Amino acid sequence: MENYMKLTLAALGENEGFARNAVAAFALCLNPSLSELSDIKTAVSEAVTNCIVHAYKGQGNGSIGIECRIEPTAEGGILHITVTDEGCGIEDVEKAVQPFYTTLDEAERSGMGFTIMQTFMDGFALDSGKGNGTRVSMFRRIGATQQNTEKERVDA
Amino acid sequence: MQIQTDFKDRILYMRLNGEMDEHNAALARRTADRLADDYAHSERAVIDLSNVSFMDSTGIGFLIGRYKKFKRYGIPVYVMNPTYNADKILQMSGVYTLMPKI
Ligand SMILES: Nc1ncnc2c1ncn2[C@@H]1O[C@H](COP(=O)(O)OP(=O)(O)OP(=O)(O)O)[C@@H](O)[C@H]1O
Ligand SMILES: [Mg+2]
Repeated sequence: MENYMKLTLAALGENEGFARNAVAAFALCLNPSLSELSDIKTAVSEAVTNCIVHAYKGQGNGSIGIECRIEPTAEGGILHITVTDEGCGIEDVEKAVQPFYTTLDEAERSGMGFTIMQTFMDGFALDSGKGNGTRVSMFRRIGATQQNTEKERVDA
Repeated sequence: MQIQTDFKDRILYMRLNGEMDEHNAALARRTADRLADDYAHSERAVIDLSNVSFMDSTGIGFLIGRYKKFKRYGIPVYVMNPTYNADKILQMSGVYTLMPKI
């Protein structure tokens, strides 16, 4: 049976730390390196913070869904993570993922959240529409060395 | 998030302690801005990140915000001892071009 974990959280700032640490704790079963864990925590923190500050505009009356699933591989496994909200959604998804694009400049946001998720994870997809909430899906290979990753791509 | 301060040879050292995310940043912003006002005669400011155990993009906004605040007093800001995680984020966002790493 595939291992999985599902969480529903109130969209409150005090849950940011819990959310990233819960995903990191779940990922421990794959024996990740410290830098892999650190990357995963950062990517989750980006997605969850976006739900709180953008989707629900910091009003704290929404909910955030986090789902994790482990896909076993020869080298270890792939950790799949989705973060969903039922907030305001994103009108122009292509624009939103551009580095330094932000709609909250005055709140000291830098517009690097999606770029960090894309850089720190091995796969990233953004599914959103105005008024339809947002779903961020990402995955990260754990235990795969650079060579393994290369080989996988060549064999595929 | 706490800030430990030290003022030596007209250099203001601010050592951040804790996890830098949106929830924790508010207090650090206020504290650092008050330090800028109190130490407006500093020659330069150094932000020490060695005790920041976690940082997400909030850290980018935090540092750029402080850069602007200190700039009003003509005080250049430097960054010191970022952890692996923070360094990666600050590097890719170009923060070091505004506030060099020393
Ligand atoms: N869950 C979401 N719901 C609604 N809008 C979102 C959501 N996530 C992101 N956005 C929109 O996409 C933009 C870019 O997001 P991104 O995370 O890259 O940057 P940011 O949050 O503005 O700044 P940073 O993450 O660097 O602090 C946001 O400014 C916001 O307009
Ligand atoms: Mg963001």
